Amino acid sequence: MTDSPIISVRDLRKIYHAGDVDVHALRGLDFDIRRGEFVSVIGPSGSGKSTLFHILGGLTPPSAGSIVLDGNDLVRMSDAGRTRLRKKTVGFVFQKYNLLPTLTALGNIEIARYIAGERGPVGPEFERLIDLLGIRSRLNHKPRSLSGGEQQRVAIARALVNRPAIVLADEPTGNLDTENSMAVLSVLRDLNKRLGQTILMITHNPEAAAYGDRVIHMRDGRIEPPGLAV
Amino acid sequence: MTNKLVFENLKHRPVRTLLSSLAVGVQVTMILTLVGISHGMLEDQAQRARGMGADISIRPPGSSAIGLSGNFDERILPFVARQPHVALATGVLIAPTGPLTSITGLDFPAFARMSGRFRFLEGRAIQNPGELIVDEYYAREHKLHPGSQVTLLGRAWTVCGVFEQGKLARIIAPLDVLQRLTANSGKLSIIWVKLDDPARTNEVIDSLKRAGLADYQIWSMEELVSQMTPNSIPVLRTFTAVVIGLGVVIGFLVVFLSMYTAVLERTREIGILKALGASPGFIVGILLRETALLAVIGTFAGIALTYGSRWLIMNLVPGSLTQTIVPGWWPIAGAIALAGSLLGAVYPGLKAARQDAIEALAYD
Ligand SMILES: Nc1ncnc2c1ncn2[C@@H]1O[C@H](COP(=O)(O)OP(=O)(O)OP(=O)(O)O)[C@@H](O)[C@H]1O
Ligand SMILES: [Mg+2]
Repeated sequence: MTDSPIISVRDLRKIYHAGDVDVHALRGLDFDIRRGEFVSVIGPSGSGKSTLFHILGGLTPPSAGSIVLDGNDLVRMSDAGRTRLRKKTVGFVFQKYNLLPTLTALGNIEIARYIAGERGPVGPEFERLIDLLGIRSRLNHKPRSLSGGEQQRVAIARALVNRPAIVLADEPTGNLDTENSMAVLSVLRDLNKRLGQTILMITHNPEAAAYGDRVIHMRDGRIEPPGLAV
Repeated sequence: MTNKLVFENLKHRPVRTLLSSLAVGVQVTMILTLVGISHGMLEDQAQRARGMGADISIRPPGSSAIGLSGNFDERILPFVARQPHVALATGVLIAPTGPLTSITGLDFPAFARMSGRFRFLEGRAIQNPGELIVDEYYAREHKLHPGSQVTLLGRAWTVCGVFEQGKLARIIAPLDVLQRLTANSGKLSIIWVKLDDPARTNEVIDSLKRAGLADYQIWSMEELVSQMTPNSIPVLRTFTAVVIGLGVVIGFLVVFLSMYTAVLERTREIGILKALGASPGFIVGILLRETALLAVIGTFAGIALTYGSRWLIMNLVPGSLTQTIVPGWWPIAGAIALAGSLLGAVYPGLKAARQDAIEALAYD
């Protein structure tokens, strides 16, 4: 069980229909991700990185191919099934943090638990996570009074609070200065090493990509060099 | 948790929250004020009719409790007075001076025997033909005092007294003067009858009908007063329905606009919630709760405003309008406001539920 990949993608294709033109965003991807891996995805703008994450995270269905994510077949999944996937199985971290501005940091984390159907009090792992992220003293502040780095660490706490099988981080340091970027990246590496959290991270920055165990290069909707990336 | 989000959303845009709930409040006040005036005017009329001290009222054929259809010959009066068990009978003439006001002509000695004397707060009883008396509400509305001049029915009158309200009418002149002035000599609008034994009321009504007044509307005081309710007046029912309909449309439009802009403004937030696994039902649920909260706040504001409208009416136009607070209508008006508001949230809700999460997250 532990040896079977947590993500297995075969010949994944995605075509967007924008007006009359078909945009081939993904042109046949093959790769596996093992449980507990921290993988960086790097590639030029428009190469389909975000599209891949949106499909893995159940925000949009694939056009063709097969994807098995933590035992779930994403190709055959209904809208409701993909909603369920987003609740429990994946956690998103975005470039623009995407915290709800009307709620406090803690409120943002709590609403993710609430949506996932968790009602009881948080466990000790959560307390450990908060300390690891160094945001304990910021929990009762609204996003607007937090720095970018703090907001991103709150967003990471939100992504992890439901103990998802994988975390999908789309350019998590894209809006941060070097210092905050390094803080966020080392937090991600800590989470991966200490909690065994599987992480996929998109980045444009080779230095950031080096924090991962391995790098997947994308270009024009394909992985290069061609072949099964494992 | 959702309640917290709903509450924070409302707090986040206080002006929007204030204006939307105020608009719902105006809708609620519109309904409650109209209902309050309907009830108030009729209760007031019923109270003044009771203040007459009569047991039976005789009105011309085709009349209702609140509307007279023409006048009738005053020679019926001595005929009625001669009937068994009739202790007193007195006739009045009512001359409308506006949609809500009229002058009542009284035979003062007969009236005094039936209802007792007027209690004057200012001035005195009528002594000369050009004089009339008004009740305290009419006097307050028109700022009248003994010696004031008023023009009614095309002639000038001098107010000689202001009496304590609750006695039959608001403006009173001598019967014969009013009859002559309105070309109604020898005519009456209503005959009030007092019996030597009120227990015989129905018996006397039957015998009056048998004695040739079968076409007339002859009612005991209870029957008369029981008809003075808004429900017995078709026009008022229609009018109330129209105001309720308008209220629903206002509430619907305001909430529609408010929620529609909220959904546009929260495009990104809705995308975030979806990325966290919120179902379309969850998103719609948040908007509906927010709407319901607006409607509830609006209802309370509307009820409070009703006290304001009553204060205005009782201070500015107490002689023309009377408004009572009708708590029985609070839940009804609240339910109407809620229904209109929820209706207004349907389309914005569907728009939010259908919103594409990826586009929403790409949105700035
Ligand atoms: N909703 C959409 N409708 C139509 N075309 C789209 C849509 N989303 C993405 N695309 C197109 O698909 C291709 C891949 O886009 P994607 O956002 O996945 O690239 P990316 O690698 O994340 O780029 P970047 O580094 O700039 O974020 C692009 O050509 C883009 O224009
Ligand atoms: Mg991208």
